[in-house]
Amino acid sequence: MIPTRESFLNWAMIAALLIVPLAAWSLDEPFIITLATKAAILALAGVGLNIALGLGGLISLGHAAFFGIGGYAMGILAAHAQNYEPLFEWPFLFEGSNQMPLIWLVAIVCSACAALVIGALSLRTSGVYFIMITLAFGQMLYYFAISWSAYGGEDGLSIWVRNDFPGLNTLDPIQFFAIAYVILCLALFFAARLARAPFGLALAAARQNADRVEAVGLTPFTLRLTAFVISGAITGLAGALFADLNRFVSPTMLSWHTSGEIMIFVILGGVGRLYGPVVGAALYILLEHLLGGISDYWQIFLGVLLLLIVLFARGGLIGALAGREKAHG
Amino acid sequence: MAEVVLKTHGLSKSFGALQASRDVSLDLRAGEIHALIGPNGAGKSTLIKQIAGNLVPDSGTVELLGRDVTALDTVARARMGLGRTFQISALAMEYTVLQNAVLGALGGRGSPFRFFRNVMKDPDLLETAHGALDRLGLAEDADRRTADLSHGQRRQLEVAVALTLEPKLFLMDEPMAGLESAGSRALTGFLDGLRQEAPILLVEHDMDAVFALADRISVLVYGQIIATGTADEIRANAEVRRAYLGEEDAA
Repeated sequence: MIPTRESFLNWAMIAALLIVPLAAWSLDEPFIITLATKAAILALAGVGLNIALGLGGLISLGHAAFFGIGGYAMGILAAHAQNYEPLFEWPFLFEGSNQMPLIWLVAIVCSACAALVIGALSLRTSGVYFIMITLAFGQMLYYFAISWSAYGGEDGLSIWVRNDFPGLNTLDPIQFFAIAYVILCLALFFAARLARAPFGLALAAARQNADRVEAVGLTPFTLRLTAFVISGAITGLAGALFADLNRFVSPTMLSWHTSGEIMIFVILGGVGRLYGPVVGAALYILLEHLLGGISDYWQIFLGVLLLLIVLFARGGLIGALAGREKAHG
Repeated sequence: MAEVVLKTHGLSKSFGALQASRDVSLDLRAGEIHALIGPNGAGKSTLIKQIAGNLVPDSGTVELLGRDVTALDTVARARMGLGRTFQISALAMEYTVLQNAVLGALGGRGSPFRFFRNVMKDPDLLETAHGALDRLGLAEDADRRTADLSHGQRRQLEVAVALTLEPKLFLMDEPMAGLESAGSRALTGFLDGLRQEAPILLVEHDMDAVFALADRISVLVYGQIIATGTADEIRANAEVRRAYLGEEDAA
């Protein structure tokens, strides 16, 4: 197969995301590595959202819920590991943990369960109602976290030491970056397979024409719910990593601003484009870093850029650079 | 008498004061094409929706393959073997022609929850999909985007996707709608042979096609079936002439 411009761009993007922190590492610039780590983690959150939004056409303004649940999964487990109090003793002893793999598992399971419940309720609606209901669920969790004083309430939870990953020193920025980067690559691989699998074909068809999908004997609701759960789980995993990056989790992770930001990554890069969230998140971090130094109101520029992209490049940046998506086999 | 594949019994459906279906009873038998005709607003679409499962009738039942399916939804009915084509093409427009056909084959197989293998490399699905496209003369267009197809080709693809389900009966809502005469003749010829595989309940405005194809014709006027019979019986029926064909004679 001849590589398309889009696949070339994708490779360039994923290579750049690797080369920049490696260069920063050799130049001893840990701050840049941290920025790249943040970009990779936010991209991961976007990859999650893109499965619902891009593939399934589900405009969820509540993905902060999953991002935050992932964050709190990390925060709560690590806080209990920190003070040696078990989370609960009945029906079985469940202690806190500072082991990333376990934390990720808990984050994935919790956010998937939340996505199952939220999705099952909100997918009965569509269009604006769906946007509003997902937003409402997100805000519910946000206010719940604010009032949950056992885990910091409004102030959030600080974790003193970054959690452990077997065999790695996670406090070394480049090693933590490696973790985030590998997970992002795995998620991209999974998302790529998913889009081409029978499930992806049926899901994207349900976005284009639900009547057709029903007429061939498939249920759009189940397809969408499954996508929503997968999407929430990936975004939840990103939340756990994000909390670990900052060693801090607060209700902000659950607020609708966060949902909006994740959606902005996807839209900036290109809705439904596999690497859209990577481009979007990287650009976001870049702008935040460059323009944030000029003005506290840097998001005005982001807003202008978003407006231009929405108006003139419907496929996001990838669409503008690589052209219309090929209807490929 | 041939086996009854589809049967409606006393279907009634009202929207407020408008009674769109009044006590509609009809059946579809193995090997036949049963055409449903009627002037605009006669309630054909409402009836189709009740048969397909989009609308729940106020009273009456729908039987599919001897089983009461009144309470089942469109998906369940499709799974039982109801192959439907839409009046307005309902296709995944961003997909290629082949992807649409593969979607149909996937639905026919009924297991979409596979997350890893490339669906467009599944030999069974591809075989079914290509087979259906070949039969409708769309083999050359397999890799084109559905949105780039002509109207007539989309109508053919509608039928091809229904074929991939290998249904037990077809429910076709104006498959010829908007086709130019050559295309209409070609599709008429195709449907003519198709009845041997599975019977067709055909809603159609193209009277040439209806009288050429239908083993039986039912005439729907104001939500009510006023006559059912062979083409000749329907032509000779005074009530039908007055209610329906008369309008064409005058035109």
